[in-house]
Amino acid sequence: MGAISTGPISEAVAPRDLPFKEGVLRQVDYWATLWARTWRGVVVSSFLSPFLYVLAMGVLLGGFVAADPDQLEGAPSYLAFVVPGLIASHAMQTAVSETTWPVMGMIKWQRIYESMLATPLQPRHVVGAHLASVALHLTATCALFTAVMAPFGVYESWWGPFLAFASQVLCGMTFATLVYAFATRSRSEESFGVLFRLGVFPLFLFSGAFFPVSNLGDVGSWLARLTPLWQGVNLSRMFALDHVTWWVAGVNVAVLVVLMLLGWRWSVSGLTKRMIT
Amino acid sequence: MTDSMITARGLRKKFRQNSGESFEAVKGIDLDVRKGEAFGLLGPNGAGKSSTMRMVASVSPISGGELRILGMDPAVDGPAIRGRLGVCPQEDNLDQELNVFDNLYIYGRYFGLPKQVVRERVVELLEFAKLTEKAKSKVEELSGGMKRRLTIARSLINRPDLLLLDEPTTGLDPQARHVLWDQLFRLKHAGVTLVLSTHYMDEAEQLCDRLVVMDKGVIVAEGAPLDLIRTHSTREVAELRFGAGEHADHAEVIGDLGERVEVLPDRLLVYTHDGEEVLAKTHERGLQPLATLVRRSTLEDVFLRLTGRTLVD
Repeated sequence: MGAISTGPISEAVAPRDLPFKEGVLRQVDYWATLWARTWRGVVVSSFLSPFLYVLAMGVLLGGFVAADPDQLEGAPSYLAFVVPGLIASHAMQTAVSETTWPVMGMIKWQRIYESMLATPLQPRHVVGAHLASVALHLTATCALFTAVMAPFGVYESWWGPFLAFASQVLCGMTFATLVYAFATRSRSEESFGVLFRLGVFPLFLFSGAFFPVSNLGDVGSWLARLTPLWQGVNLSRMFALDHVTWWVAGVNVAVLVVLMLLGWRWSVSGLTKRMIT
Repeated sequence: MTDSMITARGLRKKFRQNSGESFEAVKGIDLDVRKGEAFGLLGPNGAGKSSTMRMVASVSPISGGELRILGMDPAVDGPAIRGRLGVCPQEDNLDQELNVFDNLYIYGRYFGLPKQVVRERVVELLEFAKLTEKAKSKVEELSGGMKRRLTIARSLINRPDLLLLDEPTTGLDPQARHVLWDQLFRLKHAGVTLVLSTHYMDEAEQLCDRLVVMDKGVIVAEGAPLDLIRTHSTREVAELRFGAGEHADHAEVIGDLGERVEVLPDRLLVYTHDGEEVLAKTHERGLQPLATLVRRSTLEDVFLRLTGRTLVD
């Protein structure tokens, strides 16, 4: 058995309080190692799922939809209408998938967070790095989806796809922080089933991705407009179709940013209460 | 650096249970751990050892009293304290997604150590843990003993001033336990301050310079293992097994043969300075035990004396 060196480490690596950026950067190797193992799957699923969605909903189902552009919020075709909403919805689903079972696994099953928090890292660093990884995943997914859709002529300006892409990532990150906060407070995975059945699935169907929310009637459309997913779908579509009402876009962004910041706060407090007991 | 690694005065830990009632796991204990010593927390499950260890590890806020780790307050200096601690938890929390090398390397990066420094230390620690040939293996391919050794190696990546080991050999087979003890001896000789919690009296006796015996959240005795045995028990113990249900009756017959007699469900323990003499006199009195054993007193006997219960229920 070999000898072992001992002795105090330098004060430089044991600061009294660890700055946020420094704490997050210390986890780059961990997340990079995980990414190196999983990026192929991410790319394939990022390409395949939206491609199948668009093929089924936009092309095959959309082939039967012949509506006036005025009824499709200015979209020249049903494909052009549905794609921006589908990408925003896909961002939501990706974010939820990345912040439910993976977070519970790190808290409860593999207990990775426990090992991280035995080091100078604090809950805010751990949450920050995990959500940064989700942001990277969302960025890759939405960028790939957008690139795949570009040749189909669903974008009405050169700059529209870029702002639509930013809206989709923002929408995804809003769900990521909110659902992360939910996961830190969940004691069992059964709660995720409820979340998907009563939250994600109805949002996916009724937040304006597949049809204009005005079709839901007065009350229904206002309820739909209160959901975070509609904010993302609406932003994404306005930019993609180059039909931007700027004050509405401002409200959409503000709602998503406020919810994202609240989700961030709840995530850090949730993980702190769960792990620092 | 101060010579006092851990100082606790009236340390308390309360938890709120699901029922809404609070449960006090640690009820006002005092601790002093000095630099370079191997200090033990000995007690049965539920004694408050793990709660104490978590407070010392600066991942569990104290509910009352005072606590200083390396001269710092964990409530305000948590990151700085944890940067100088090594923690080996009761259950392995190695990353199953990573191989053996990466488990050590990535953990070292959490401490802010430069990449090259971590790589050098990983090589050194793999050698120390006898895992060099397993460097590229997945964690799930390792035996229980190897996983423990890897967890201990990981806890040393920052060259800690203070190493906390919570039940380090629970669940390991005897051979793996002895390999691990050998590792811990080497650390002790290298000057690392060790704090370990255990419910194995032999582990505490083997490894600890000094220990506290905990029961139901309080410290019931404190001292060096041999001193505790000398103070609270006799030199030898005669164990006598009789038929089921006969132990209490026979205890009355031979109760005067030792300083005291303990009646356990499966045997009688006679505390004496001469165990062989107790056995001879037992036979003289017409009793025929099914099995006998004379052994020296252990910390188990100390615990039995102080609490009326055995360490492992």
